Amino acid sequence: MSALTSLGMGEIAAAIKAKKASASEVVEAHLSRISSKDVSIGAFLARADDAARGEAKEIDARIAKGEDPGVLAGVPIAIKDVIHVKGFPTTCGSKILNRFATPYDATVIRRLRSAGAIVLGKLNMDEFAMGSSNENSAFGPVKNPWDLTRVPGGSSGGSAAAVSAGFAAMTLGSDTGGSIRQPAAFCGVVGLKPTYGRVSRYGLVAFASSLDQIGPLTRSCADAALSLSVIAGQDVHDATSSPRPVDDYAAALHAPTKGLRVGVPRDFLKTGVEPGVMAEFDKTISALKADGAEIVDVALPNAPHAIATYYLVATAEASSNLARFDGVRYGLRTDSATARATLKDMYGETRDAGFGPEVKRRIVLGTFVLSSGYYDAYYLRAQKVRTLIRRDFETAFASCDVIATPTTPSPAFKLGEKTANPLEMYLADVFTVPANLAGVPGISVPCGLSNGLPVGVQFVGPVFEEATLLRAGRAVERLMGMSAAPTGI
Amino acid sequence: MAEIQDKLLTHIATLARLSLSTEETTSLAHDLAEILKYAASLETIDLAGVPPMSHATEGERFRPDEPTHDLTREQALQNAPDQDSGLFRVPQVIGG
Repeated sequence: MSALTSLGMGEIAAAIKAKKASASEVVEAHLSRISSKDVSIGAFLARADDAARGEAKEIDARIAKGEDPGVLAGVPIAIKDVIHVKGFPTTCGSKILNRFATPYDATVIRRLRSAGAIVLGKLNMDEFAMGSSNENSAFGPVKNPWDLTRVPGGSSGGSAAAVSAGFAAMTLGSDTGGSIRQPAAFCGVVGLKPTYGRVSRYGLVAFASSLDQIGPLTRSCADAALSLSVIAGQDVHDATSSPRPVDDYAAALHAPTKGLRVGVPRDFLKTGVEPGVMAEFDKTISALKADGAEIVDVALPNAPHAIATYYLVATAEASSNLARFDGVRYGLRTDSATARATLKDMYGETRDAGFGPEVKRRIVLGTFVLSSGYYDAYYLRAQKVRTLIRRDFETAFASCDVIATPTTPSPAFKLGEKTANPLEMYLADVFTVPANLAGVPGISVPCGLSNGLPVGVQFVGPVFEEATLLRAGRAVERLMGMSAAPTGI
Repeated sequence: MAEIQDKLLTHIATLARLSLSTEETTSLAHDLAEILKYAASLETIDLAGVPPMSHATEGERFRPDEPTHDLTREQALQNAPDQDSGLFRVPQVIGG
């Protein structure tokens, strides 16, 4: 990685403002790296090199005039292709949206651009953010920069791989059941899912509206803090965005470990975690303890039910949200072979042709659990269990500040390893899904390697306690000294 | 637990506006049966008096319902597969 493509976001902005490097040089260094390395990774679905060069020139011109272009002046970023960025298509990794021209910027993009960030492109993902390996993309899989025979995780696989490979200083992902944190763990980067309502969802194509959140993937907790400080806050276009003031996340990075109460739900970790992952997790907890953290036993008795709950709740919401892809207002339309085809025929044929297998699986499951005769037994029951899962967190947070688990039960698995068994794929999210159901924030931070593959530790906190998560995450960075440089490219 | 047979799956696919092939129907029926078997663990939980949770928010905050002009008509129609005179055009609505 050349110097410019390994710098942190704050370092890049500072160097550009101090005229030690120009925004144009920074953008060129990243475009050059993408051109030479993304052939083997497959992270980008769309690029706009000339537009990025133009924006970099503008930043440089403003600095030459003595203006301050913002805290992210000239910082190159890239965006999961489920978030609207004007001037780019939005495909959601799906054939059904393959010709969609995006008419407006999502609120997060507007804020990042106002702060001086430069969007380099749109990133590959599992179709409609449904998947844990990026293998559900209609445009091909993404490879893990640590090992090209392995998945980068999903659904924000392109976002995690791009940051890991040095293609961008920060990427945005979306997290409905772990889609930021799980790929961050697999690719050895930091992934932050904010509290539900902390970041506006305006301009994010909806998967499961009560669970979705946008968040940053970065190479450090400092960059995650800086990113969140820019994108967080109330937005008139998202009625669920919170009016609470945005905390000083950068300040939290300097808070000492001493006095931090770290809850560990040992019962929840008893099954299914690979020994190599568990060893790195235990080392991390020991290091935090030695640094002054108080380690507390906590229980999350209903967390083992989270995956089942999630797949009933999230698919129900998805089946409703994805009804809009009907061949009328945007995207694919399949013209029927029969001359007397009706609107209903067009709907069915367009959707069958446009959606991939996992999306159809979830639409069908979601439609089933919402259908007459099954609603109470499945959807309503799952919503009640969701209440219990949230209560577990509330009880646990009475005795701790954050809850620590491995982010994933295993490191990155092989391409094709889990595609034949949907349920096995779903279980890759066992530790990340509970936070979405409860609406609480979570962060994954690299904490070690198992057989040469990154392992992530996850911290989950009470609502709007992102600062505490960043404090714990920074402590792990400092104590575990995990290098973010991937070995596969 | 209901057994997801092909017939039920065909009904669900109709509700979901998906024209599935026979192979897809059989394959999805199998997958759904597996997933619902897994989800049966929720039946063991005592949920008496537990309210359902549909939102993770503190409550929604609504803005005044006033029209804005964020998109022009042309922008709203620019992605339409078929349009006519500023309107979305669709196949015949009533079956023949």
